[in-house]
Amino acid sequence: MNSVAFLAIAIITLSGALAAATLPKLIHAALSLVIVFVGVAAYFFLLGAEFVGLVQIFVYIGAVAVLIVFTILLTRRDSVNDRGVNWGGVIVALAVFGGLLWIILNTTSLALPAPQTEPLTVKQIGESLMTNYVWPLQCVGLVLTVALIGALILVMEEKRER
Amino acid sequence: MPDWVTTMASILLNISALLGVFLTIFALISVLERKILGRMQNRYGPNRVGPFGLFQPVADGIKMLIKEDVVPARADKVVHFLAPILVAATAILTLGVIPYGRNMTPFAIDGGILFFFAVGSTTELAVFMAGWGSNNKFSMLGAMRAIAQMVSYELPLILTTLPVVMVVGALSPDAIVSAQGGYWFGILPHWFVTTPWGAAAFILFFVSGLVESNRTPFDVPEGESEIVAGHMTEYSGFKYATFFLAEYFGMFAISGLAVTLFLGGWHAPIAVLEFIPSYVWFFLKLSALLFVYIWVRGTLPRTRVDQIMNFAWKFMLPMAFTCIIAAAVWHYQGRGLAGWLWSLAVIAIIYQTLSRLLETKKKFAPRTYRFAE
Repeated sequence: MNSVAFLAIAIITLSGALAAATLPKLIHAALSLVIVFVGVAAYFFLLGAEFVGLVQIFVYIGAVAVLIVFTILLTRRDSVNDRGVNWGGVIVALAVFGGLLWIILNTTSLALPAPQTEPLTVKQIGESLMTNYVWPLQCVGLVLTVALIGALILVMEEKRER
Repeated sequence: MPDWVTTMASILLNISALLGVFLTIFALISVLERKILGRMQNRYGPNRVGPFGLFQPVADGIKMLIKEDVVPARADKVVHFLAPILVAATAILTLGVIPYGRNMTPFAIDGGILFFFAVGSTTELAVFMAGWGSNNKFSMLGAMRAIAQMVSYELPLILTTLPVVMVVGALSPDAIVSAQGGYWFGILPHWFVTTPWGAAAFILFFVSGLVESNRTPFDVPEGESEIVAGHMTEYSGFKYATFFLAEYFGMFAISGLAVTLFLGGWHAPIAVLEFIPSYVWFFLKLSALLFVYIWVRGTLPRTRVDQIMNFAWKFMLPMAFTCIIAAAVWHYQGRGLAGWLWSLAVIAIIYQTLSRLLETKKKFAPRTYRFAE
């Protein structure tokens, strides 16, 4: 059952990724990227990581996808047919793929059965965020606040110039 | 019977019950809304089809189904086609996590509240697809407005659920409902709306819900008089009906969540009345909230876009944070009378300060028309 689900999700995710890389219209590519995000969320659900899967949907589809779509819409006027092959991107992608492959091939414990783990509850995640990882959490909060204020200041200065 | 057959059967039963009940409520409310609005505007409302015009939804449905499905020639066919499906699907999915009665949650998961908001946030993308896929200026404008106000009001919406989640200590709607069971002296229920922070959060939540479902005081994305139904301009026939359905399903979902979070879910208001089945109470509360939706629509005029945005960031957001603080005060004062008074004080002080700060001291003179007279 699980392997069937794994294969189905893999096919959907990979075809979404392929569409995102090849479709001529940028908005179409961004919308296909959403399929990839859904696929990743589905993998988290399959692994029993409910919270992470939900956050994946929440953040990536609810916020990041909308952000990407809006940036495309607000910045580009020529939305059709100017996507040639970006050779730098191809090299980077191949390098990442090669690196991952090298690491996976060098990992010996691939065939071992996974140890039985308790499914994490939201409560446990919250407790460890508030105790062990409170400093990283605060730092992330600070960075996000700085970004928010920075964005506000950018918008305000634009207004003053007019 | 093998295991997977029972699982599939139970899933299918859940889905068909959910769809059956809410499609019936949708049909009923579509005629009741027009009836109530008519009553408020001193006219009859629909009264031609069937007794008291009750078969109006049937006539509407037939009309919608046999209408021609017009797709603009320059529209993006695939995106244009997928948008209404996605809107309706997300609206139906969010209905799944709400507890409708004792042991009556169709889709009971640990992070139900999170699921609700995660799925609900994908609506923005669907609305964008509708606006962009139509290849129409009005549609795009409507979609932009819809996304702007949905993103802005999602913040107070989620922040006002936070105090409830923190006080209960769980993200599952069932745990939240069962935490609101029990009564003081058999009369006063333990609903969160009876606490000051709960009442404030409930009002904020309700207003944000109005915005999220694009209902009347905040229906600038649709604004018939300016941008001709916004992202739905280029949809006709059954696709338009799907959007309509999704809007109402979203309304049911957000009201259902409000009932779950603040109005005690399926609990009876008085201990004596607990013999009435739990789902009856849930749907009574739901219909009360839906009536308020219609009431507000019949009463208030449409707000401006900048008014909506300013209201979100300058008033709703600080008040939502205040609710969290007030809930914390209530909790650390022992959840009794002292905590009740202290949290009321916190909310009153911040509300007063905020309204003093936001007062613009504008004098509104009678409007003068330059060209219209």
